[in-house]
Formats: sequence, C-alpha cells, structure tokens
Amino acid sequence: MGEVVLRLEGITKNFGALKANENVSLNLAKGEVIALLGENGAGKTTLMNILFGQYTADSGRVEVFGKTLQPGMPRAALDAGVGMVHQHFTLAHNLSVIENVILGTGSLWSWKLRNKQARQQLLELANRYHLKINPDAKVSTLSVGERQRVEIIKALFRQAKILILDEPTAVLTPQETEALFKTLKEATEQGLSVIFISHKLREVMIIAQKVAILRHGKIVATKETKETSANELAALMVGNPTSPPAVVKRKSGPVVMEFLNVSTETQHHSKGLKNVSMRLCSGEIVGLAGVSGNGQTSIANLFAGLITPSEGELYLDGKPIERWSPRQSVLRGIARIPEDRHHAGTVADFSLTENSIIERYRDQPFAHHGWVNWQAAASFTKELIKQYDVRCPGPNTRIRLLSGGNMQKLILGRVLQNNPRVILAHQPSRGLDIGAVHYVHKQLLEARQKGAAIILISEDLDEILQLSDIIYVSSEGRLSPAFQRGKVTPSQLGGWMSGASFAEQETMHAS
Amino acid sequence: MRLEAIPHPSLSRRFLPPILALASTVFIASLLAMVAGGNPFAVLGLIIKGAVGSKFALLETLNRATPLIFTGLSVAVAFRAKLWNIGAEAQLYSGAVVAVIMGTGALAWSPSVLIPAMIICSMSAGALLLLIPTLLKTRLGVDEVVTTLLLNFIFLLLVSLLLEGPLKDPMGMGWPKSARLIAEARLPRIVDGLRLHWGFGIALIAAVIIWIVNTKTTFGYAMRAVGFNAEAARYAGMPINLIMMQTALLSGGLAALAGFSEVAGLKGTLTLDLSPGFGYSGIIVAMLALLHPLGVVGAALFVAGIFVGADSMSRAAGVPTYLADIMLATALLLMVVAVLLTKFRFKRE
Amino acid sequence: MEILEIFLTASFWTAAIRIASPLILATMGELICERAGVLNLGIEGIMVAGAFVGWFGAYIGMGLWGGVLLACFVGMLLGLLHASMTVSLGLSQHVVGLGITLLATSLTYYAYRVALPEVTSPPKIEAFQPISIAILAYIPILGPALAEQTPLTYLAISTVLITSFVLYRTPLGLALRAVGENPFSVAAQGLSVLGLRVGAVVVGSGLMALGGAFLTLSAFDSFFFGMVNGRGWVCIALVVFGAWKPHKAFLGAILFAAFDAFQIRLQQSSIGAEIPYQIFLMMPYFLSITALVVISRKAEVPAALMAPFYKGER
Repeated sequence: MGEVVLRLEGITKNFGALKANENVSLNLAKGEVIALLGENGAGKTTLMNILFGQYTADSGRVEVFGKTLQPGMPRAALDAGVGMVHQHFTLAHNLSVIENVILGTGSLWSWKLRNKQARQQLLELANRYHLKINPDAKVSTLSVGERQRVEIIKALFRQAKILILDEPTAVLTPQETEALFKTLKEATEQGLSVIFISHKLREVMIIAQKVAILRHGKIVATKETKETSANELAALMVGNPTSPPAVVKRKSGPVVMEFLNVSTETQHHSKGLKNVSMRLCSGEIVGLAGVSGNGQTSIANLFAGLITPSEGELYLDGKPIERWSPRQSVLRGIARIPEDRHHAGTVADFSLTENSIIERYRDQPFAHHGWVNWQAAASFTKELIKQYDVRCPGPNTRIRLLSGGNMQKLILGRVLQNNPRVILAHQPSRGLDIGAVHYVHKQLLEARQKGAAIILISEDLDEILQLSDIIYVSSEGRLSPAFQRGKVTPSQLGGWMSGASFAEQETMHAS
Repeated sequence: MRLEAIPHPSLSRRFLPPILALASTVFIASLLAMVAGGNPFAVLGLIIKGAVGSKFALLETLNRATPLIFTGLSVAVAFRAKLWNIGAEAQLYSGAVVAVIMGTGALAWSPSVLIPAMIICSMSAGALLLLIPTLLKTRLGVDEVVTTLLLNFIFLLLVSLLLEGPLKDPMGMGWPKSARLIAEARLPRIVDGLRLHWGFGIALIAAVIIWIVNTKTTFGYAMRAVGFNAEAARYAGMPINLIMMQTALLSGGLAALAGFSEVAGLKGTLTLDLSPGFGYSGIIVAMLALLHPLGVVGAALFVAGIFVGADSMSRAAGVPTYLADIMLATALLLMVVAVLLTKFRFKRE
Repeated sequence: MEILEIFLTASFWTAAIRIASPLILATMGELICERAGVLNLGIEGIMVAGAFVGWFGAYIGMGLWGGVLLACFVGMLLGLLHASMTVSLGLSQHVVGLGITLLATSLTYYAYRVALPEVTSPPKIEAFQPISIAILAYIPILGPALAEQTPLTYLAISTVLITSFVLYRTPLGLALRAVGENPFSVAAQGLSVLGLRVGAVVVGSGLMALGGAFLTLSAFDSFFFGMVNGRGWVCIALVVFGAWKPHKAFLGAILFAAFDAFQIRLQQSSIGAEIPYQIFLMMPYFLSITALVVISRKAEVPAALMAPFYKGER
C-alpha cells in the first residue's frame, strides 16, 4: 500500500454521559477503500462530523497528507482534499447541477460566477469517471441516482483525493450500486482513497480492502477483507447478537384489501401511481421494494388515507371503499406505521401518554362527550410500555427524549394493540439498531401469525426478501408482477427496480 | 457553540433565566430613563406607585388588564395552534361595533337578556373576522400573518367610516364618536362604589374556561397537537382544517370580548382611540405567559401595571410614557431567549 | 373618460414612482432576508426607526446624505438584533420579528419625545429635491416620469438592479439562494450558514430603514407618528407577489403605487367626492390581500424559509 493520506488519531468525543467516540484511530492509504462498519448509533456520523469540523473532538487529531487539520473548521477538511457524499444529499433543489457544483468553490466576493470554465471541468470529470450528467438540469428534476452522481462530482470538482461515502447504496438499485462500485474502482486506480460507511456486509466485502468495525464509539477490530467473512464481521459489529426471528410457514387466508387499477396524482414528494393493482391476504406479508421516490410513498399514503385514487378502486373485504381519509383508515382497522416516526408518527413535545392516544383521542375509552379521559389514556400507555418494552422514565416523559427504537416500539404498540386487520409498515426498521430491527420484525411476524394482512414497504432489499411472502417492485409509479417467496433473485428484482424489466415487458406485449 | 437540550432542568435552570430577563428589562428601562433626564430609581418608583400605589391606581390597573386578558387569551389560543393571529386589534373593534349597534337603544330588552346577547353577537363578529384569513390560509395557503395585520388597518378605517356615518352620535358635535350605550346594556360594577366592572370578572372566568378546554377536552388536545406538529396530527386522522377554523372562531371571539367589555363596561361609547393597541399588547401578554391561559391573567396584570404606572410616572417625572412600550417589547424579546435557556444550554461543540 | 385621463398624465406616473420608491427599497430588503431563509417581521418597526433617524440626522445638521447613512446604520443594527435571535439562536421568526417591530417603534417614539420635548408641530427639514436627468426622458412610457425624481428614487431603482445582479450573477448570490433553499448544501461546501443569513438580514434591514428614511427625507420633510402606516406589511405582501424575484417585486411595487396614486386622484375627481375617503384608504390594503390570494398558490417559496439551521443535525 502507498503513503498514508488520512490519519485519525485517538479521537474522543463525549455528549454528556454518552461516549460517541472513544479513542478512535484509523489510517487510510492512497488508492485504498476502507469500510467503516457499524450499527446505527455506533458513532460513525459523529466521527465524520469531527473530520469535517462540524464538531470539535474532546481529544485526538485529524491528519490529512501529513498536516494536522484545525479542529472546528468545516473548510479545513474540504481544502485539504477530503470530500464527502452524505447519506441525505446536500443539494439545493432550485439550483442547477452546475450551480450546486460551483457553490462555495471560489471566493464569495468575486464579481463573476466561473460558469464557463467550470462547465468544461465538470464535463471532463463526468467523462473520466463515467458519471453521466446534464450540467444545466435543475436538481429537483433528477432521479436519486443522478443526484448521487452530482454529489460525487461535487467532491471531485474540488479535487478531493479522499472521498467519504455515507451509506451510498441505501437509495440505489442493485444495478446502480454496481455502477457506483465500478466508478469507485476506476477512481481508486487513479489514486483516490475512499472511506465507505455502511452496514451492509455483502457490499463491504466486495468493495473494501480493509474494514474497521465501530461499536459503541470504539473501533473493536480492523480486518483485511481477504482474511475475514461476512459472518465474522456481523458478530463483531453487533457484539452479542440477537438472532433474526424465524419465519414460520403459514397458509394465507382470504383477500382483505385490494387495489384495482389505481392511479394517483403526483404530488411534490410522492410519485403518482399508474394503473396499479395489488391484493393483500390475511396472514401474509406483502413486500414492496423499489428505489425511493418511485411511488412507494403514494402506496403508503393510500393505505394511510392521506390520498385517494384519481382512478380505480380500493376494496376492503370485497367492498369498494367510498369515503377515504386518515380518520377512515384508522376507523377501518388499518394499523399505520409511518415512514417518518419523528414527523408523522409522533408529536415530539407531547408525552408518551398524549402520543399513544393520538389516533383514538375522540373514541372510547379515551374520550367521553368531548372530555379526554386521561386516566384511561395513562393506563393504556403504561400497558404499552410494559408489553412492548419501551424504555423510558415514565408515561409523562416527552417523547422527544426517547431513542428511535423506543419511539418505534411505542408506535408499534399503539397500532398493534387492537389486533389490526391490515398493517402498513413503511420503512419500519430504518435507522434502528439490529436489536430493535429484530424486535420490529418479530412483531410483524406475530401479527402475520394472528392473521393480519401486512404491507411492508422498504428500501432495504434484504429486509423485503427475508420477511415477505409476496414481493412487488415499484418503479416510476408502476408495479411489477407479484413474486412468490423464494421464486425471485435480487438481481431480477433489480431489473424491475431500475425500470428495465418494465420496458422488456412492454416490448413483449407489443410484439 | 451549539445548543444542547437539558433533559431534566434544575429549579434554578427553570427560574433564573426569566428572572434575569425581567431584571435586565428594568435595567435597560432605567438607562433610558436617565437618557431622558429622569432619576432611574425615582422613575421606577413612580411606575410602581402609579400601578399599585393606591386604591385608585390598583383599580385602574385592573381595568386596564381586562381587555389585555381577553386579547392575551385570544393570542395564546391561536399561537398554541400555530395560527398566527396578529389581528386581535381588528377583532376587538368588531366586538365594540356590535356592542354599540345592539346597546344604544335599538333593542329594548332587560339586561339579563341584552347583555348575554351582546356577548354572543360580539364574539361571533370577532370570530367571523378571523375566519376570513384562516380560510385563506387553509384553502389557498395565504400566510395569515400579513392578512390579519392588513385587516387591522382595513377594519380601523371601517370603524372610522361608521363613526362618521351610520353610528355617528347625533349629539357628538362633529367628533367621530358613537352614541352612548343605554343603561341596560352596561356591565354593572362588581362592587358598588368601586370603579371595576364585570368585564374583569368575565375575563377571569374566560381564562379558567380556556385552561380547562386546553387540558381536559379533546378539542384542546387536538388544538395543541395541530400546533406542535400538524403533519402528525393529519396522519393520525385529525381534521386539521376544521380544528384550525374552530381555533380561529375561539380566538377571534375572545379578542372581540375585549372590545365589548371596553365599550359596555368602561367607556360606554365607541371612539377611534378605544384601544391603544390592546390587540398588539395581547401578543406580549400571551408570550410572557408562555401561552398558558392562567399565566395570561398574571401577565396581563403586569403589562397593565407597566402601562398605568408609566402614564402617571410620565406626568410626574416628564419621562415619555413610551418607556412602557419599550419595557414590554424588551421583556418580550428577552423572555423568548430566557425560555430557550431554561430548556437548552450552550455547549462547545 | 375622466378616469382614463388620469393614467395619461406624466405627473401621475411621476407620483406613482415616488410612492413606489420606499416600497421598492423595503421590499428588496425583505426579499434578501427571505431569499436567505429568514422572514423579517421587524420590517414595519425598522422602517419607522429609519424614517425618524434619517430625518433626525438631517435635522441636527449631518446633511441629507448623513441622515441616509445614519438610517441605514440603525436599520442594520436592528437587523443584527433580529438575526442574532432568529439565526444564531433559532428562535421563532414570527415572535422575534413582531418584538423587533414593537421595540423599534416604541424606541423611536421615545427618542422623538426625548429629543424634541417642546414641539407641538413636527419641525421641517430641507428635503431632497428632484434632480432632472434629461436622458431618462427618452425611455418610452415611463421615461418622462423617471426623469424628474429625487436621488433616493434613483437609489431605490439601482437597488433592484444590484440585488438582481448579485443574486443571479455572483457567487455570493448563488450562496444566498442556496442557503434559503437548503442550508445543508451550503454547510457541506464549507460555507457558513450563519454568516450568510446574518449578513442577509443585516443588509436587508438596512434597506428597510432606507425605505423608511425616504418618507422623511424625500416624500415629506418631517417626521410624524404613524407615518409608516402598514407600508412594511405591504412590502411583505409584495415579496410574495413578486414570487421572491427582484424584478417582479419591483413591478409589483410600481403597480401597487400606481393604484395608490390613482385612488388619490380619484378621490379628488367628481366621482370620488361621492365615496367616503376611508374606502380609498382601504384600497391599498385590500389590493395587498388580493395580490397574496392570487399569487400565493403558484409561487415557489424558498424551501427553507422560516426553518432554523442547527449545525450537524438533520
């Protein structure tokens, strides 16, 4: 291996009693890909925030090309040649690609935007690394994959010699992931060094030469990928692992909910649906895979009652649904686990008690002639806390003080408590640590056992493959055929996710 | 530096910043009093004496607090649901106009019928007035801050028009002023011989009712949910537009009561200077009370005391009475910072 | 016929542009703030302060331009106060803005009373006089009206050109547009979100104060209470009307002012004499609300408007 380009030395950072990073050291060599592996909350994000001057470490230092970075200076890392592609892209949607790329690259106080020469440079980079992009497109019109390309170009445009990618494959199809890996391979051959942050073991084994495993803020091991296995890495990452719940075979029951030729309007954040049909049977988990922004939100919103079809029909128990709203959805016994538990799922400034009755605050036993029965609400909440193992100081605690996992447990409890017939689980395990993920999966499988019809929407293909009895893929608001468990491979699903298989299907129909 | 939430704030953490905010307000006011050539201690002393120093002063403060409790409650209710009603001034005048229309002899009812009818009609007028910008907000997405503000100007001109036209007092000798309310339409005094009318009593009752609504009813629960997080409320199936409109009706009605009580309780007539900005001061009252309905009563008394005290101080010490407005605006700004500091601390990052 | 003739006189358009000038200045100020993601409801109070301070500067012998500079400086100070609370501490932009308006207004009135305790009628100064720039008269339609204005009007118009140029043609403007859309895009490129937003609010508030100063230094020649009279709120409506674009907001201000000039003339006409004057005075406010209703459905609001930014948090 070549010279060391980035050296983290003894980084420690505490937030109150929480040790976010403890004596973390890491060396990255030229042309090398190191994977930083760890669960949610293991300290990966804090470490990157320190590297990029958003936080100042309590002790330790960062060295780039032999020079120590001044702590707490966001520009220092950028100027030293470190670029980062964040998991949530940092693009201004109303600006064009080129505007996003040149933003902040020169002096703010110049009279001229260096548009022309920048365009030349951008196109050269795009060529060299096979990152196809239209410099004048508005970011709001780009797909997720294209946006990631813009982020990578942004870093390369700044002449980054070190590229940090935070969960870059979370939003990509398997094929797009492959293309990204190809780009990274070419780039490292030309001398770029990469830190690849992920929790996907399979990908880590493919792309990285070295893996550093972070657990509870500490590096617990550094391994060469040649000399380790995915299983060993998993054990190291989790510590004392809980095993994933077993999926018991079960015969599915009658159809509970059905969409027939449903279309919806495209709204600002959710792609509209085009002539979609799907059915949910009792005792069955239906998985919906796809790259985010391809209609999953519309499907979720349909279940949640937030939108109504512009064409087509929804059926519940074989009867068409006429009035449809969030309230109707609750009343008809649909348990809704929203994608965004912080914004749609809970009211941060409400107590646990206030949050647990939010869907049923005007129904028995929580309300009586317009008065809230706080006693009933409190005892319901205590029951949830006990039964779903919500770790909290008490039912009067404001929910913003809870961890994501405990928040999700309360939401699960709130909706599962009255044996729902249909369950909408939209990204139910996103951002949770593995223990909590297994807990969520266990609850969904138990509900399936009890005969609930479950729709599981997830961007994590592994989760879909593991839990679903039936799998659909959505792309551009269309739906693939239904696949039975075990009858489809990830790469086949990938074909549908990218939209390629839809095109094939159409040509077949045409001929 | 960054702000970090404190999970369990200590007692001093919770009370010290607000106390310091009030102390700084007094300090700044003292400096300004000195600039105007006053002795700061004398000026502050005169303000306190003018506010609570005598039976007369105290009653004056209670009278002044009455409309402020109503507008303060109006703002507190609306802001809690994140309905930015800056139009309490217009809603106040709408209540006053209705009181004048009904109470100047057109209806020959006994007080036990007339006064409740006036209350209901005044509240309806204020409620409808706030309903317009609220509908524009929920239906068309028009920001209600600007519309309610602009409606204040429009409505005051309308009052001026009415006072020079249909509502003009024939005996008013050209001065824009309405006829006087008949005796049956006047709010009686709480205690004979004391210059304090039942408007104050109604204000206190209103505060308690709002507190009960907020904490015990499903409507209050829904209002708070919509204010804290409208997205979650919608997701959970709350009819947020309906809740917004109900909030608007309540808020507008409360502000209108201020106008009703000023006309029927205190002044007996409507003029263009009925309110020296009670609608705007209501924002200060509500914020100082941290939007708590019972806190509104205390905050209104404090704000009224400053106003009344500053008036009498101004006459005695020659320091402009605008000192009161400065003190209140300063208190408002410092208080929002203080509240932040009760929940967060600065942390080196 | 009488009504149509009003629009055809040069003096009508001269008046319209004069009425528009303070609105243009303050609207550009608000637009800059909002483009950076900060709603500045301090605008009304800052205009009041600017009106008084500008006049006071001239009154005590600093000269007219001295007054202008002083007003701008005081506006920037108030902007700094606003920004340090809303941007640095992330406090509610609604509450802080209204608080600043109340504070600036009461401080101004207090200062006026302290500085001039004895006066009964407001003292006058020698205000800016129109300068004639003959060459402008060749511009079609508005030319003759443009050629006879005071220097502050020319300043107002150049502000539009400068704002437009900076926003769309310079790296600084690019950063401003980005910070109002997604502050993380700016932070990730190593720029300071705080710096940009504080800067925008300070500069914007300076312009608002200039708008206020126009009233006392150019439109009138003295300061009196209530002279701003809701113009600040109208400017906020104009920013929405202009869809956060300088040239559109400018056109909005001219349209608005033309309407205002028209209603003044209509009042004096034979038709106008029949209608109570309050109706005419209401018109500008009605017009603002109507503009908001018509426009706000379609406008592209800066996505991060009113969203505070905390480092490292997402």
